[in-house]
Amino acid sequence: MTRWLRLLRRELRLALRQGADAAMAVLFFVLCVVMFPFGIGPEPNVLARIAPGVILVAALLASLLSLDRLFQADYEDGSLELLSLSPLGLEAVAAAKLVAHWLVTGLPLILAAPLLALFLNLPADGFPILLLTLALTTPLLSLIGGVGSALTLGARRGGVLLPLLVMPLYVPALIFAAAAIDSALMGHSARPHLLLLGGLLAGAATLAPLGTAAALRAALD
Amino acid sequence: MFPDGSGISAAPAPASAGLAARDLVCLRGPRLVFAGLHFHLPPGGALVLVGHNGSGKSSLLRLLAGLSRPFSGLLSWDGVPLADDPDAHRIRLRYVGHQDAVKPALTAVENLSVWAGLDGLPDPEPRARGALAAVDLSHVADLPGRYLSAGQKKRVNLARLALVPAVAAPLWLLDEPATALDRDSVARLALLIARHRAEGGMVVLSTHSALDLPGAQTLDVSRFSVVADEDETDGLDEDEGAPGAGDVTP
Repeated sequence: MTRWLRLLRRELRLALRQGADAAMAVLFFVLCVVMFPFGIGPEPNVLARIAPGVILVAALLASLLSLDRLFQADYEDGSLELLSLSPLGLEAVAAAKLVAHWLVTGLPLILAAPLLALFLNLPADGFPILLLTLALTTPLLSLIGGVGSALTLGARRGGVLLPLLVMPLYVPALIFAAAAIDSALMGHSARPHLLLLGGLLAGAATLAPLGTAAALRAALD
Repeated sequence: MFPDGSGISAAPAPASAGLAARDLVCLRGPRLVFAGLHFHLPPGGALVLVGHNGSGKSSLLRLLAGLSRPFSGLLSWDGVPLADDPDAHRIRLRYVGHQDAVKPALTAVENLSVWAGLDGLPDPEPRARGALAAVDLSHVADLPGRYLSAGQKKRVNLARLALVPAVAAPLWLLDEPATALDRDSVARLALLIARHRAEGGMVVLSTHSALDLPGAQTLDVSRFSVVADEDETDGLDEDEGAPGAGDVTP
């Protein structure tokens, strides 16, 4: 466990020293959402209606933006080979990198979301459920995206291939997340949708490190 | 006959202690790199891989590291096949490849303490400083990786070897460790290897330059190269060439 935490600390340190990636994801998220009122017009009711979907899709795109670098740098400079030879095992290495990705890109998105919800005139009673939904959805994005990122490792034009591969897999998460916020705003219970999201997250948290490790092994061979 | 079982397990040890390869066949994509390769490296031994470019020296080192799997054949450690316990094998080997795995954003000592930490060693940072001293890099220990020269990066990577004693990681797999090194560093590397072997460690390395390794075995990998059938190679070339030629690369 200490080894795993040391690896996590390395990832976070690298991300903070190179700063740009994390900041880019949040800035992209903010800009992406801010574009919508310009395109759709400043009609408060319309904006409030589309706010949950816009925020979720923008978060999805922002998370995707930083995914293609997740393993690329370590793959190119030989670190990934050495990590795969470390006593930790590639599954634990993959898990550490996925957790680090969420901490560096997912968590800032959650923190920026209330501000954007305000821009889009989302009713105040929708804020808690928005944050809760994002807290369940953003790790899911990192986990599913990580598998895709490992699969496209070493592929030519991997950056273009990755969204094509991963976006369809994001659809269930997007559906339940949007439904949770909508039903809470309409006064229904969001519980079933949140439970489904939680189930997806539990499944992804178990399977994604295994799938990622298998894909990395194939890339290293 | 062997009440404690020791007779059975201990008997082959003297003959098969160390690393052994039998009938090793390596396939890279469609190409058969080498076949029927065999060697035996006893504790304290050194094996120098020679052969022309593309003869499979790096491929063999990757097979030995467990980074890729042999198409067929057997690799064993103390008589036990490596495939039986890949986790134990990972712990006992140190692999130094062509890439230096030095992160530009981390200082030399931070780079090294990451690997020390992942090996579960206590006090990774003092250890990393000690290992950097062993490759004479103490003066750049706190310099970020991006300011290091190619030779210095190589030495940071080689310093990983000095992190643990030979008992903990007896097998060193070095892929052209002398490239980019100046003459003093090559001598220091030879010294590092000599000390490792004296403690019972073993080294497999590929090299083009002369590295002073007394009593080392030499394995000419190109002796096991497979010259493919004329027709077969032609067919493969065409298969690969056709899409490649039509492809538009920006």
